[in-house]
Amino acid sequence: MATSHEHDELLVQEDQFYHEYWGDGFHEHHHGDKYQSNFITHYLFSQDHKMIAKQFLITGMFWGIIGGLMSLVFRLQLGFPEENMAWLKPILGKWITVNDGIGSLDPDFYYALVTMHGTILVFFVLTAGLSGTFSNLLIPLQLGARDMASPLLNMLSYWFFFLAGAIMFASLFLNTGPFAGGWTAYPPLSAVPEAMSGSKAGMTLWAVSLVFFVVSVLLGGINYITTVLNLRTKGMSLWRMPLTIWAFFVTAILGLLSFPVLVSAILLVVFDRSLGTSFFLNEIYIGGQAMEQVGGSPILYQHLFWFLGHPEVYIIILPAMGLVSEVLSVNSRKPIFGYQAMVLSILAIAFLSFIVWAHHMFMAGVNPFISNIFVIFTLIIAVPSAVKVFNWIATLYGGNIRFTSAMLFAIGFVSMFISGGLTGIFLGNSAIDIPMHDTYFVVAHFHIVMGVAAFFGMFAGIYHWFPKMYGRFMNDTLGKVHFWGTFVGAYMVFWPMHYMGMAGVPRRYYDFTTFDFSSYFVDTNKFITIAAIITFGFQLIFVVNFFYSIFFGKKMTDKNPWKSTTLDWTTPIKGIHGNWPHAIPEVHRWAYDYGKDGKDFIPQTEPMTEEEKAEAHH
Amino acid sequence: MTILIGILILIILGVIIVQVGKINELAAKLRGEKKARRDNNESNARLMLVFMVLFLVFCVGSAWYYKNMMLGYGPHESASLHGVELDYLFNVTLFFTGIVFVATQILLFWFAFRYREQEGRKALYMPHDNKLELIWTGIPAIVMSILVVYGLAAWNDTMADVDTKELVTGFVNAETIGKDSTYIEVEATGMQFLWVLRHPGRDGKLGERDYTLINSANPVGQVWTDPKNIDDFHMDELILPVGQKVRVRITSRDVLHNFDLPHFRVKMDAVPGFPTYFVFTPTLTTEQYRENLSRYPEWNVPADPEDPTGPKRWETFEYELACAELCGKSHYSMKKIVKIVSPEEYNEWLASMEHTSQYLREVRNKVGDPFLGRKLLIEKNIADYEKAKEEAEKTAPEPAPAPEGEPANPGDETDTEETEVEVESEEGSTETNESSDSQ
Repeated sequence: MATSHEHDELLVQEDQFYHEYWGDGFHEHHHGDKYQSNFITHYLFSQDHKMIAKQFLITGMFWGIIGGLMSLVFRLQLGFPEENMAWLKPILGKWITVNDGIGSLDPDFYYALVTMHGTILVFFVLTAGLSGTFSNLLIPLQLGARDMASPLLNMLSYWFFFLAGAIMFASLFLNTGPFAGGWTAYPPLSAVPEAMSGSKAGMTLWAVSLVFFVVSVLLGGINYITTVLNLRTKGMSLWRMPLTIWAFFVTAILGLLSFPVLVSAILLVVFDRSLGTSFFLNEIYIGGQAMEQVGGSPILYQHLFWFLGHPEVYIIILPAMGLVSEVLSVNSRKPIFGYQAMVLSILAIAFLSFIVWAHHMFMAGVNPFISNIFVIFTLIIAVPSAVKVFNWIATLYGGNIRFTSAMLFAIGFVSMFISGGLTGIFLGNSAIDIPMHDTYFVVAHFHIVMGVAAFFGMFAGIYHWFPKMYGRFMNDTLGKVHFWGTFVGAYMVFWPMHYMGMAGVPRRYYDFTTFDFSSYFVDTNKFITIAAIITFGFQLIFVVNFFYSIFFGKKMTDKNPWKSTTLDWTTPIKGIHGNWPHAIPEVHRWAYDYGKDGKDFIPQTEPMTEEEKAEAHH
Repeated sequence: MTILIGILILIILGVIIVQVGKINELAAKLRGEKKARRDNNESNARLMLVFMVLFLVFCVGSAWYYKNMMLGYGPHESASLHGVELDYLFNVTLFFTGIVFVATQILLFWFAFRYREQEGRKALYMPHDNKLELIWTGIPAIVMSILVVYGLAAWNDTMADVDTKELVTGFVNAETIGKDSTYIEVEATGMQFLWVLRHPGRDGKLGERDYTLINSANPVGQVWTDPKNIDDFHMDELILPVGQKVRVRITSRDVLHNFDLPHFRVKMDAVPGFPTYFVFTPTLTTEQYRENLSRYPEWNVPADPEDPTGPKRWETFEYELACAELCGKSHYSMKKIVKIVSPEEYNEWLASMEHTSQYLREVRNKVGDPFLGRKLLIEKNIADYEKAKEEAEKTAPEPAPAPEGEPANPGDETDTEETEVEVESEEGSTETNESSDSQ
């Protein structure tokens, strides 16, 4: 107990240390802190992981709003194809065509919106905005590191992301429009500029933007991996890391192994576009001419793309899983159920994610025999996923649950993950994929399981760690209104799409009335559009709450408001460069000692008692 | 101006949101933070239960509302042999996942409610339970194995290409249809933004093509020196005989497309330069499908709501061919009607279509006709058909004896046609074997 007392004392004396901090251990070689000295290095080109996390988050939110608004515009077209949309003219300008007399969206523009919505949400919001934010914020804080292994690379990672975003944003204002061939950018549509208006300059900028984006992901990923492996504080063995860190760590590895393949695919498309190569082109007659390029295979691109594309969905969902595991455990006041199984299932999912990519291509014209193998691996993924779901539910069992806004979103995540995950069992089975492939069933599936669920994980993370970021709380009432509105709304939007998919309605249709089999859903589409608008409205509550709370939220008075065991809540309320004013705390136990031995929680910094040590030995 | 008003509205909305939040916080302070927090916790726990009930009702209710869309039930039945199997598999999966769905959602929300924070209660310290974990790893693994085995059996059945022993045929034999080992082959070429459907004609064999020969008179680039091309004609509607195995050769002349027949559960990408295939057997004629639909009240409404006395919805029903792979601006409008007819009707139709052969229309007796000055079997066939039709009209109400004397026995047919043209028609028979390898 002596050490424990010592520890408490340390915490109490923290504020005094604070002033003397700049002479402290980690920084004794530096004289003065360059970050604090001016606005530009503090807020813009910051190398502090906490500031970079905020930059990722706010940029991600910006893109989230843009991507969300885009979906509303094309949802309006789908729900109300007869309505005059000329009132959007001040914003969208010439894209509203009135050639059919009703002022509907131009189909080219519709497809541009769909494509940009996908690209932005998948890459900029749910990859950079989610993993970028929380990996940066939590890896050093929860591991007990002063900062990332390379703060410089970390800063560059953000600015490459910014650059990628700026280029993509610029492409929205092109004369020929942004890229419009779907977020997967399948050639020949993407490789032949004559094929579509968006495949001209729009595709060039799309390609350049994504290459910079991959640079950003790789710089970040290298950093996360190095930090996790090398900068853990004393006592923080891998098996004592919180699940958040496990998730970020594995996510970074996935990104590092898969994103370069996307670059290769994009570069080959660029070659095909501009150098006359034919990696993906074969026997094409377009624009009144037979192209000279022969011998390439469009299917090769799909292999390359989905070799990234499939791990990418786990790059999106794993961080959300990590955040949710932590939030569920803290707010149930119980250890996460089956910690080891949770880690192993993350690893299993990550490994399997590399050998299932062709399940996106069952109907692409690949040899049907190959599909057998991918079906087997795909359905195996259901097992570790099921284990995770059962473990989350078991974590709630017997708990003492506090319904904070973060906790609500964490529970919502589990519900969404179940609903969306189960439809994956249909689609992963190639036989059922024949009728379901490229229908609204797929749209419903991936929006629920990696769109809405990942957003829920992100919201859980934001509400939970907002005090850590800004020293203030977000408004709880608004948070709960936000949750219930989004939870109900998201199901309203995506649930009916399953039935459209069963009827065979293909995705990426500008208009459903050409075909008799898809024209049944006029009312359904209206319903979905209205639900989407309302659900988006609830997100505005979040945005207002977020920015208002940064400046005027309830102040944090307790360093550890959620009574959490992890190291992030041992740092001072006002985040400082280097994270701990005193020596980095030492870790003596795993991250989930909640409710043990009659105590509400035991921080990781608390040394083990003799009995615990004896127990650990057995 | 509109932008200004929009911004103003947004600002006002923001202020309102902030005020609502603030008021609630103030109210909580007045009531006492601790009590407010406890009340809040209670109400959210209760909302969890309310949500659970409403959500499950919504799931069941929506399934009922959309029962017409559910696979294999009611009007949305499969019109192909393999489709029935796929629908069954879908429903087996729905059964298993349905159980898991209901059970896990109930447990999730029930636990959330049941174990809401209560004063004086201690949370259970339960870090893991190996037995439980073994159970819930094992059960999903077993269920997945079942689904994989069923799924792969159905998949390999469905995707199996035609056998090398199976013979391609032009006319079908109404007596032995579905029992003999014959198939018909048609070709669908996707282009921006329509499907070009090519029928192989009487010989049942598609002629060669070369994409550099494409022009407006030759939309798929048929090679005119290939005699197999002589009787190939293009169809405005895809017409197929019921019960006959069909092999669709699917290809594209520009970007990716997808040959999608939702009623037949058929879907396959059209890839430029790489023909793909889908083999299926239609089981219901358009007429039969309509008849089945007529049993459902929702199909017994007027097709055109403005014209209540007009035909009913089921009477105007048609099978449709769509594109299911984003191919550009008008991706959503690549529509063709598909008609499934009886074998007799099919044979009659085929005989009546011979004169529309792309070769006869665009190349015959023009500059560049490789068979200029030579007699063609197809011309004799057409003349015979015309004569038979005339005679039939004379003797009146008797049905047209169109393809008489042409029993669809493809075995001896392949060699007899076009004898007057060439010697190398033998080559044709290797073509199908080649293509079956390349799938």
